[in-house]
Amino acid sequence: MNKLRANNALMGWLMVSPLVLVLLIFLVTPIVMITVVSFWRATEFSIIPAFVWENYEFLFGSPVTYTVFFNTFKYALITWAFTFVIGFTVAYYLAFHIRTQTWQIAFFLLCTIPFWTSNIIRMISWIPFLGRNGIANSALISWGVIDEPVEWLLFSDFAVILAFVHLYTLFMVVPIFNTMMRIDKSLIEAARDAGASGIQILWNVILPLTKPGIMIGTIFVVTLVMGDFITVRFMSGSQSANVGRLISNDIALLQYPSASATAIILLLTVLMVIGILLRFVDIRKEL
Amino acid sequence: MTQFTNRNGLSRRTLLKGAASTALVAGASTLGAPMVWAQNIKDVTIRQFGTGVSNLNEVATKVKEDLGFTLEMTALDTDSVTQRAATQPNSFDIADIEYFICKKVWAAGNLQAMDTTKLTNYDKIVGIFRDGKLTPESTIAQGTAPHTVGFTSGQNGTDFVDEESGWMTLIPTIYNADTLGIRPDLIGRPISKWSELLNPEFKGKASILDISSIGIMDMAMVVESMGEYTYPDKGNMTKEEIDMTLGIFTEAKKNGQFRAFWKSFDESVNLMASGEVVIQSMWSPAITAVKSQGIPCVYQPLEEGYRSWGGGLGISAALSGLELEAAYEYINWYLSGWVGGFLMRQGYYSAVPETSKAFMSADEWGYWFEGKQAEGDITSPFGDTLAGVGDTRDGGSFEERMGSVACWNSVMDENQYMVRKWNEFIAA
Repeated sequence: MNKLRANNALMGWLMVSPLVLVLLIFLVTPIVMITVVSFWRATEFSIIPAFVWENYEFLFGSPVTYTVFFNTFKYALITWAFTFVIGFTVAYYLAFHIRTQTWQIAFFLLCTIPFWTSNIIRMISWIPFLGRNGIANSALISWGVIDEPVEWLLFSDFAVILAFVHLYTLFMVVPIFNTMMRIDKSLIEAARDAGASGIQILWNVILPLTKPGIMIGTIFVVTLVMGDFITVRFMSGSQSANVGRLISNDIALLQYPSASATAIILLLTVLMVIGILLRFVDIRKEL
Repeated sequence: MTQFTNRNGLSRRTLLKGAASTALVAGASTLGAPMVWAQNIKDVTIRQFGTGVSNLNEVATKVKEDLGFTLEMTALDTDSVTQRAATQPNSFDIADIEYFICKKVWAAGNLQAMDTTKLTNYDKIVGIFRDGKLTPESTIAQGTAPHTVGFTSGQNGTDFVDEESGWMTLIPTIYNADTLGIRPDLIGRPISKWSELLNPEFKGKASILDISSIGIMDMAMVVESMGEYTYPDKGNMTKEEIDMTLGIFTEAKKNGQFRAFWKSFDESVNLMASGEVVIQSMWSPAITAVKSQGIPCVYQPLEEGYRSWGGGLGISAALSGLELEAAYEYINWYLSGWVGGFLMRQGYYSAVPETSKAFMSADEWGYWFEGKQAEGDITSPFGDTLAGVGDTRDGGSFEERMGSVACWNSVMDENQYMVRKWNEFIAA
């Protein structure tokens, strides 16, 4: 036993092996499988092992692919902007304006209450609210703001982004709040003593120090939005598409190889996005 | 054993009981075989999957009661059904699928043909599923008409044959004629043509279903009705025809004609009931569901005719022995009337209408099948009131409705191309 303990290298390998095993089975193998299948051929009801580029050719040859990828980025970017502004404000309020820790925890828990119900239910509950004869339209009409029901509230890009922001803001709040709580309060006092205004403190002290939190939140939101398909389907009334929907349509129609090819391209795109994001902040150092 | 192949599934249970008690009295030694059989079949579990349309728990309960064995049902959406039939042959014993799906998956060899001589009510199955003709004078509609994929050359045949070969691919169970559903209160004028779906009057208030194989047929009906093009065969379009059809609809989509597309039954009900949509492709029970909320909704018969579909039961190729016997028993029971009546009281048709008649009241039969005025309240098997005194069924009698079918749900030779183009239409 002592010998074993002395052998640091072996010990290290042993300790890391459960994680390696889990990642191998549940992450690496599926991705390898998907990559392999993306080169296969498909007929209407069967898939045939092969090595052909036709799935990728079709993908890159279709103008729809580019529109759909553009849409996916558009959703991700707009959702990110809103979740960031809201998430940052909420976290800032919780971290710097609520004085006692008890209330901080209480308010923080309050933020998580909507998460006690399922993602899909929270999303679908928007539908009766935003509909042509829904609560939003009835209220606006009775206040005299509009004469006719507003159509673009539901089954539109507006509805999709609204649902995304609603669903994913908390993923921004949590990491930002977490980093803000770790900011040494004396730094802010020092800034104040040195004559910095509130805005200057926010811009020059708090924002740079919360960057890792913002980055983690950004990665959450961007990957969730880019990988989503159900929100887009329901909130756009199946009328808009992002890459996730392209994949889910392919799967529904038994076009697994084509779905795999799209999935691989999506995976690479998301990895590139995360790669770029990580250039800005060294998360490991900050954690 | 012979006494169990009775003609009438109605008395099946009584017979079983009788046999059991006879066996008890006579002693297991003399009448051992049927006794063992009657006992064993209780342990049999038949796994069936299909769309929500006919995979209802009531049927499973009734099977247990009448036949003694367990029927496990899985309800899936149309695409998943196709997927399962094609890729997971070991996950089911009975596939409850549509004829156009059968065309897609039969060649894969996951299903076995059924011997029609073992079907008690084979002679009573309506003509649509045998020679394709409702009456001797009828013409056969375009698309994948059920009889064209209903027969194969032998038990292990993977082809389709034109004549009644004695080997059926699917046993027909359920079918209907589909058309557009409308909200008469929100439209306020008569609708009589498929082309109304793209009428700018309903801009932002129309919907079509997002299931490519069915949606493309609805589109074709609309295109023909608009006078844009007459298809040689709507059920088997060329690439150019597919491009043209989807082109017209893509343009309409970009102009904001559609409020939404729907994929599941419930979505279509919600769109219609909430008034988001006033005209859309719809299925019969969805109309019923809207009506049962007290909202007026009509399954509008249209000049150009109906788009029809049919479903049936197929037996897994892996099934043999006692399970296979049980499957035949189940199919014979299915055609013997109770299920037919149960389905017809929801607005579908049974493949053997005359056996179902015994399980419906005269008024129900008159309303659903003969297109007569209801003499009392017509209720669904689940207790919802669907029609009151004096109401008649939209579209009229069985002959009127099934007699004006313009096309069947189908799978085209260019299916894969169509599917990709459909995907583009949705993403456009």
